[in-house]
Amino acid sequence: MSAGTHSPPSLPPSPPPLLSARGLGKRYGARWACRDVGFDLWPGEVLAVVGESGSGKTTLLNLLAQRVPPDAGTVRYALRDDAGGTAAVDLATLSEQRRRTLARTDWGFVEQHARDGLRMTVSAGANVAERLMALGASHYGRLRATACDWMSRVELDPGRVDDTPERFSGGMQQRLQIARNLVTGPRLVFMDEPTSGLDVSVQARLLDLLRSLVDDLGLSCVIVTHDLAVARLLAQRMLVMKDGAVVEQGLTDRVLDDPQHPYTQLLVTSVLQP
Amino acid sequence: MRSAPDPASAETVRPDDDALRLRVRGLAKTFVLHHRGGVALPVFAGVDLDLRAGECVALAGPSGSGKSTLMRCLYGNYAPSAGTVRLRVDAGWLDLVAAPPREVVEARRTRLGYVSQFLRVIPRVPAESLVAEPLRRLGCDGAEALDRARGLLARLNLGEALWRLPPATFSGGEQQRVNVARGLIAPREVLLLDEPTASLDAANRDVVVALIREALARGTAVVGIFHDEAVRAALVTRAFEVASHRAAARGHGAQA
Repeated sequence: MSAGTHSPPSLPPSPPPLLSARGLGKRYGARWACRDVGFDLWPGEVLAVVGESGSGKTTLLNLLAQRVPPDAGTVRYALRDDAGGTAAVDLATLSEQRRRTLARTDWGFVEQHARDGLRMTVSAGANVAERLMALGASHYGRLRATACDWMSRVELDPGRVDDTPERFSGGMQQRLQIARNLVTGPRLVFMDEPTSGLDVSVQARLLDLLRSLVDDLGLSCVIVTHDLAVARLLAQRMLVMKDGAVVEQGLTDRVLDDPQHPYTQLLVTSVLQP
Repeated sequence: MRSAPDPASAETVRPDDDALRLRVRGLAKTFVLHHRGGVALPVFAGVDLDLRAGECVALAGPSGSGKSTLMRCLYGNYAPSAGTVRLRVDAGWLDLVAAPPREVVEARRTRLGYVSQFLRVIPRVPAESLVAEPLRRLGCDGAEALDRARGLLARLNLGEALWRLPPATFSGGEQQRVNVARGLIAPREVLLLDEPTASLDAANRDVVVALIREALARGTAVVGIFHDEAVRAALVTRAFEVASHRAAARGHGAQA
């Protein structure tokens, strides 16, 4: 049921994928935490990776985001070149320095626990501005204005720009973490269970915010979640993982409404309908 | 599972084939329940259907005969067990069964619509924004999309006080009108309607019928499930019996 070829052309010549994984795997000792994962992510697409704890979904996210080195396979990414186009490169061939710059400018990474993605002892404004400062921006007034603007965009009161995140609620911290990631205009954002651990009402607000940001900014996202409702709301496509492997992938509503693999059938029928 | 070449070249071309919007061939659906001992539930097999611009085909048959299942296969929401569902797109044909997800998403954004029986509510999102969304996704300016959404909700007699509220607390009939408005606001070449008037009173039913007639007049091709006799009489140009494909499906299931 995965992406296939079909003879008649249907869309104008499509842009190359933004991110391509092939045969991607990670082994811890004798056990493959993630094995033989392959997919393409196109600009503007949101891909959900679902599965239970231990299924390898977070390992996959870390492999894609170059946070851990793979034991098998490749990740290619359409890097922006100086001429305004893009060129797909094997990320393993980039220097550590270039990978770090890529991760801080063209990518975002939203951690499950906002505390892991924020600096808790500096102000909200400094948290949002940090990536810009790392790129050389130094005009205090402009940085502060940008930070306030982004706080508003994620529905935080810019009047609290000088507060440290310690004084924010969990939902506010998560929104601040999102602003901190989006300030450089990334094209690709990785998210690890961005809504879990939040109260339901707070979760709804965050989901609504993510949904409109993704739409308005045309972001590509890979979202790891165990929550099928989150996948349905945010993602056009999904991968279902079990024991480190992708057991099913396809259009989100197709996978959820007509699951083919025994494990996906179990996953979908195990959810309580409120 | 993979698509054959352009169907017009492979089969007899009819003079009006420019009007062909959807061509279904050999479509079959059998559900396999892996956690019920792998039991196979055949629904239909051997479904062939051509749909042309401006026609309204009613899927007919008793409850449980597979009408909604067929419709969901036509939308790419269910994965058929065999066959093709080819949708006309600018450059040729897109087989929704075999196409990569992003092409199905694109077809749904631009030309293929579906009104399900129930509205899928999104927390915090007001009724008018839900209705405006398909237009915004076509690149329509936000304010204009909202204007048109409000116009459509007004026409469907949804009280103005409700427009800015998320529809979670609305009645069944109110939710259905929001759902119909969302499904009909953007121009579509093919529109799939699963009982669009089921929980509506006569007055609102007539508004929905008028909206569908307007879409048909613009050349939209419609496949619908309509339980209401008056609605059928007002809209349907041809009926398609799903039940007659069940016997074939049982044979198909037995072989599977």
